[in-house]
Formats: sequence, C-alpha cells, structure tokens
Amino acid sequence: MTSAAPGSPAPPGPVLEMRSIVKTFPGVKALSEVTLSVRRGEVHALCGENGAGKSTLMKVLSGVHPHGSYEGEILFDGEPCHFKDIRASEQRGIVIIHQELALVPHLSIAENVFLGNEPARRGIIDWRASLRRASALLKRVGLDDHPETRVADIGVGKQQLVEIAKALAKDVRLLILDEPTAALNDEDSAKLLRLMRELKDQGITSIIISHKLNEIARIADSVTILRDGRSIETLDVNDPGTTEERIIRGMVGRDLDSRFPDRTPYTGETDARPALEVRDWTVRHPLDRGRRVVDGVSLQVRRGEIVGIAGLMGAGRTELAMSVFGRSYGHYERGSVLKDGREVRTRTVPEAVANGIAYVTEDRKHYGLDLGDSVARNVSLASLGDLARRGVVDGHEERKVAERYRRTMNIKTPNVLEPVGRLSGGNQQKVVLSKWILTGPDVLILDEPTRGVDVGAKFEIYTVIDRLAAEGKAILFISSELPELLGMCDRVYTMAAGRLTGEVAREAATQEVLMRHMTQDTPVPPVATAGTAPTEGQHA
Amino acid sequence: MSTDVSTHTKATPPSGEGGAPPTGTPVVRVLLDGVRRNMRQYGMLFALGLIVLLFQIWTGGDLLLPRNVSNLVLQNSYILILAIGMMIVIISGHIDLSVGSLMALVGGVGAVLMVEHHLAWPVAVLLTLLLGAVAGALQGFFIAYVGIPSFIVTLAGMLLFRGLTEIFLKGQTLGPFPEGMQRVANGFLPEVGPETNYHNITLLLGLGLAGYVVLQELRDRRRQREFTLDTLPTGLFALKVTALVAAVLVTTLLLASYKGAPVVLLILAVLLVGFGYVMRNAVIGRHVYAIGGNLPAAKLSGVKDRKVTFAVFLNMGMLAALAGLVFAARFNAASPKAGVNFELEAIAAAFIGGASMSGGVGTVLGAIIGGLVLGVLNNGMNLVGVGTDWQQVIKGLVLLAAVGFDVWNKRRAGA
Repeated sequence: MTSAAPGSPAPPGPVLEMRSIVKTFPGVKALSEVTLSVRRGEVHALCGENGAGKSTLMKVLSGVHPHGSYEGEILFDGEPCHFKDIRASEQRGIVIIHQELALVPHLSIAENVFLGNEPARRGIIDWRASLRRASALLKRVGLDDHPETRVADIGVGKQQLVEIAKALAKDVRLLILDEPTAALNDEDSAKLLRLMRELKDQGITSIIISHKLNEIARIADSVTILRDGRSIETLDVNDPGTTEERIIRGMVGRDLDSRFPDRTPYTGETDARPALEVRDWTVRHPLDRGRRVVDGVSLQVRRGEIVGIAGLMGAGRTELAMSVFGRSYGHYERGSVLKDGREVRTRTVPEAVANGIAYVTEDRKHYGLDLGDSVARNVSLASLGDLARRGVVDGHEERKVAERYRRTMNIKTPNVLEPVGRLSGGNQQKVVLSKWILTGPDVLILDEPTRGVDVGAKFEIYTVIDRLAAEGKAILFISSELPELLGMCDRVYTMAAGRLTGEVAREAATQEVLMRHMTQDTPVPPVATAGTAPTEGQHA
Repeated sequence: MSTDVSTHTKATPPSGEGGAPPTGTPVVRVLLDGVRRNMRQYGMLFALGLIVLLFQIWTGGDLLLPRNVSNLVLQNSYILILAIGMMIVIISGHIDLSVGSLMALVGGVGAVLMVEHHLAWPVAVLLTLLLGAVAGALQGFFIAYVGIPSFIVTLAGMLLFRGLTEIFLKGQTLGPFPEGMQRVANGFLPEVGPETNYHNITLLLGLGLAGYVVLQELRDRRRQREFTLDTLPTGLFALKVTALVAAVLVTTLLLASYKGAPVVLLILAVLLVGFGYVMRNAVIGRHVYAIGGNLPAAKLSGVKDRKVTFAVFLNMGMLAALAGLVFAARFNAASPKAGVNFELEAIAAAFIGGASMSGGVGTVLGAIIGGLVLGVLNNGMNLVGVGTDWQQVIKGLVLLAAVGFDVWNKRRAGA
C-alpha cells in the first residue's frame, strides 16, 4: 500500500474548501458562516479560545456530524462531499486524530494500525502482510518499536505516532490533528512537529488545532482564527505582519455582552494574610506518571477577594483545583496548602471540607450531582454530618434548609423533592453551589460556574459569588470566558501546560494580555502587571 | 456579521428560565407524579395483588387459608432476609453472589457447635452471626480497599464457602437442632390472656401496627403541607390509609385465626422497619444511595466510599448468616447443599422490587415486595400442581417483564 503519491496529477486550487458552515445544537449556534480554505500540501493551523468552534468544525469535516446536520458546503479536491459518517470521510482520505487517542491498549501496534482495515483474505487475517506493512509504516513515522509490541507498553508520544501510522495506512490525504502536543513532553513534541514537516514533504496536507503559538510559528504555513463560532481571518504565517499579538487579537476581542453586578473591588490590604495559599503544587498524571499536569504552582487568595484562573484546554486548571481539594486528581508529588497562614492537611475530601475548602466542579453531571436524586438530598449530601444527630439525618431540618436555598438562590423547581435531573442547567448549577455554600466554607473554588447556563441565571450566579466575597469568603474562580474573569475578578492568574504563566491585576487585565499569558508555556515577565506583587519567591 | 446569538447583547434582567411546573388539574398531576416517581414499586404492589387474586381463585381459596398464609411467611422468610441485604448491596452499586453458600456454611458451623459440641443455642447463634459478619467483612475488604470488583470477589466467596461447608460437614447433613432454635424458625408467638377464637398477641400486634401506619401517614402529610408540597386530596388520602389498614388487619386476622404470628415474621418486621429507617434517615444509609447513584460526585462530596462499601458487605454477611440459621433450623438439619441458588432468588427479588442495575435506586420495602411476588408465585404454583420446571420458566419471565416494564417506562418518560 503506497500512500498518496506526491507526483499524482492534482487539480489546482485549494484541496479543501468549507463554505458558510452553520451548525446548530439545541439552543446554541456552534458555528455560523464559517469559511475555511486549505491549500494543497500546507500545514494549516486552527486557533481559537475554548468553545470557539474548532473541534465542531473538524467534526463537521470528518463526518462525525453527518451531512444534513449542518448547513453549508464542503469541497474536497473541488468535489462536494456529503459524508454520512467517519468511514465515508476516511475513504476520501480525510483522517482525524483526536486529542484522546483512539487506540486499544491491549492490542499490538500492528493490530491497532490496521484496526477496522485489517489485511485479510476471506475474513482471515494475513499476519505476515500485516507485520510487513506495519513495519513499513512505522519506519515512515520514525518509530523503531517492533509492530507486535502492545500499545499499552509504549509512551504517549509513541502512541501518537501509531495514530499517524494508522492514518497513513488509510491513505490519508488530509490529516487533522486536534492538539497533538497537549499531552507530550518537549522532546516528543519536537519529534512530532518534525514528522508533520516530513509528511508535508510527502504531499500530505494537514490541519492542526493548537493553543501553542510558538508551535504554530514553527510548523504552520497559514493560520485560521475562529472566535465564537465564526471564522475571523486567515493569515499567512510567513508574512512578517503575522505576529503572535496579531493572532491573539483575533482570538480574543469577544464582546463584553454579559452583565455583571456592580462590584466594589477588593479593598483589603495587599499584604493581608491569605485565606488560602498554595505553594509549589506539583501533580503528576494519574496514568502517565512521567508527566506533570500541574507543575510548581503557587498562588494565594485573600478573604473577600475574587481571584481568577485563566487558561486554555489542557492548561491544568481543573487538575490543580481537584488535586488541592482532597487530592481528588492525579498523583501528588509535592506542595503544601495553607489556610490563614497555617499549613493544613487536605489529603482527603473530608479533610479539605473540614478545613473550610469547597470545590464546585465544572462537570456537574458527572462530579457534582446525583441526577436521579432530589434537590434536597443533593443540597445536603456534603453536610449530612451537620444535619444529623447520632447518625440519623433530621429530614425535617434537611428539607427546611433545602427550602431556604431554593428561595435565596432562586432555584426554580416545583418543590425540593423534585429529581435534580429535571431542572435546567442554570438551576442545577445553583443546586451544586447551594450544596457547597451549606458546608460553610471559607474558600470556594468555582470551576466554570456558569458553563451551560443561560444569561439570566448567569447574572444570578455572579450576584451570589459577589455576595459570598462580600461576606468575607475567598473565591478562586476558574473560567474559560475571559470577559467573565475581567468582569468579576480582582486578580487573574494565567496557566499554560500545568504552569503558572502570569498574574494580572484587575486594572491591567485585558483579554489580549490574558491570552498572551495563556498561550506561552513559560512564565512571562510581569511587564503588564505593574502595580501588583507578582508571585515572588518560588517557595521550596 | 450575521444575525444570531447576540440577541441579548445588553443587560438582560435576571429573569427565570424554563422551569415552569407542568400544568393540569392538581389532583391528576399529584397522582401521576406520585405513581411515576415510584412506578416500579406501585406497579409491583399492584402485580402482587393481582397474583394473589389469581391464585386465590385458581386454588379455590386455598392460597389465603390461614394455615397457608402462615406457611407462606415461614417458607419465604430466609429469602426475604437475604433480599433486604441484597437490596442494600445493589443500591450501593455492587452485587453479592456468595450469600447462598455463606448460608450453608453458617448453618453447618451452627450445627457443629450446637449438635456436636452442645453449645447453648443463643451463644452459638451469636457466634455464627459473628462468623457471617467476618465473612462479609473479608469480602468487603477485598472489594472496598483492594479494589477487586464485587462480582469476582463474591463469586470466589460462593465457591469458597460452599467448599468449606462440604469439608466442615464431611458431606453429611447434621441435626437435629435444639428445641429453642427450632421454635425461633418454625414456631409462633406465645399465647397469653383469655381464650378467644383468635391469637391474642397477634391481634394486639396487628392493631398496634395499624395504628402506627395511620400515625405515620398523618405525620407525613403534615410534613408535606409544611413544605408546600403537593398532597393527596383528603378523599384519596383517606382511601389510601383505609386500604393500608385493611391490608394489615386482614393479614392479622388470617394469622391470628391459625396459630398466631410466626416468630420469624416478627424478626422480618424488625429488619424491615430497622433497615428501612436506616436507609431513609441515617447518614450511612444516605451515603449508600450516594455512592451507588454517582460515585465520583459522592467522593467529591466527602463521602467515605470505602468505609460505606465495607459496611454494606459486612451487613450482608450478617444477614446471610441469619438467613442460614433460620433455614437450617426450619429443616432441622444443616446440609452442605443448603441455599443453592438462593443468591439468585434474592437478586431477582431486589430487581423485581425496584432496584437498578446501575445502583442508587431501590427501597427495603421494595425488596420485600419483590420477594413476596416470587414467594406467592412459588407457593401458588405448588398448590395448583405446577412442576418446578415450569415454575422456573414463569419466574424467569416475571423477572424479565418487571425490569423490562421499568426500562420501557423510563425511556418513555425520557428521564
């Protein structure tokens, strides 16, 4: 099997054109009038904030969202495409490699490479042909492991190469990579980027979704920027005018269309003892222990202060929050947590809760609520100990408490015994918030508290957060929406690739400044953060 | 720029979202809501009633003869005891396949202690219950702390306990048990007071229970009012309470006109009320529901999931031991073949009674209802002379139908 030969006669013009793509999900317009044009044989980068529509666009292209579920036109090699599923797009040579690799860990490299595409005669696999061809493909991607090695026994970097070999086995002509280096270390990343160059020389066009601007500068020929489901512009990377600032400006600039409660900024002394301080927090990936998901993060939040954490997908924000909250994520390597200047134990969730820390998850369906259970029981779950006397829950008190939160948080439900799964997203979020406010915390870590919440409920949630800060609670506010962070926070930390890359005060914060910090994987010298105390002194 | 999402560019007031309650006449809505929320349990209660009626007619009235009702209780007591524990195990998101074998082991050890070593029976009972607890705790340790799936651990336990029983009893049956033991499993409550045509103590207990039911219902209703929850209209409420009281009194009269209430019925009642209360009101009971309903969310809420899982299996071991003792004493001998497939009966009872394969759902009362459905089917089919071959076929179909109905109902509700 030889791959698409570079010498084959190719019609002129772009290899791929997506015209006026519109994709709507119930209640949300994910893509509106997106246009993407990819030249033959180039590496084309896709850039944009979380939720800008990059992945959705690629799902439309690869047939995950089948023809008919979107509007607009796709031309591949000048011919219109109507893919009904992934198989159909793969037959045309369009292969997508997702961020979460789609390999079967207990099968060999060769078996994975030909999965669903096995060299066989009358249903019986031809192992010799399989090994021979796998070896040839592995050589092309620069992997020297034996094709009979189990995939589980090789590292993530090599697994990524196996995915590419798998794509090559399908005669790929347009390779789509969704954040291919997000899970790789520097060395593996460099290797992968080099391979993409080589594939380009072999005539394979690729589209790469990436957050790392230095990466784009190194390998891409052009870059298309998406924002809020629209294609903003396509730039030629080799044009001297295409600076990182230029790309950042395209990525942000989202309208400040949400309303925020009038908030008096934090006025406490800046040298006040922080309610929560995290020092040198370092956590390794739960499965891939060689990789640091959170790396040497130190931060502090004072009472009455709302502090944001900004970062793109894979920056390690949720991982930081969950590992601080009772080590609920990954493998702890080092670091300490201090409450009011005193080191506290937060090795388990009960310990964290006992020390007045609460974590409101970004994924309320999986980590926040028991959807089949009632509003009252969901609200009380983390505080049952306080509602019980000698091990018996005071059901009367429980319902009274739930009823109180229903009123103060304005949770719209016929009654508190209603299963929480029947509530709308915004009201479910209010239930999760109520549950944690009920535990009486001093520190609240809010992870994307307005995700999947409509505008009206958003405002209500902002108001609640504001009130909590006014009551003297310390708030750590993780969000992907920069306007939200700008509207609510006194200070914003930025993260990228597991590291803290900046700290920006309210006055200095703009979307551009934050995005600049979020797209670097090394700390940026605090030029723009004049006036605040940056996280001085990396506490050992 | 085209026109789309940005319709709410500026300052939308914090208005509500679409959580408006469904409309319709309140009475109908309350009824529908209540029924839908407890569909499987109501459905099964209804089915139980239907099955009883069917066999009552089919057997020409033999099913509800006082003697047969007594029998029904005695015959099913050990399955019902198992079903209570199994329901809790399944709510926590696990399964226990070892209980049938554990019953045999406990019966065997009990017999050796009482028959061969002439240990006083109350002491032997305590020791064997402890043995059950230890066996359950061991399995719980491997499941909760080592992290081996409960299916595997208890499958191993099923083989292991069965083998140990054979070794222990040397393949023989051992009996008879001391008289005190037999009375607990087969006997009836003692009689006191003046001579009536009925069993006095049983009557008093029945009346007491009826009173308790009425009080409980009234209290629930008052609570509901307090929280502005929808309540049943007075007429319907009266009807419901009357039906409950009637059911209690009829059962009481049936039992009292024979030899009175069996002792095991009292044990069962205590277990039902006790475990029902714990699962509803105790912190640990609520934690069992939480880990079964959404384990990651429960962990992040500070639920000590391992401790809870451990306790659930410890408890199951103890209940299996109790069931084993009742079973052995009823047949007045410990046999290495005792309790074969009883774990499957208990699991079937739990699922018929409203448990969900994914955990987090079910009630202790549901387990009893599910167990009674199976029990009445067994007893009724025996009375009309249906062979065990067809009994199995029919029970299989009932299980499939009960769970199938539930799945269908859920899908239709779109929940």
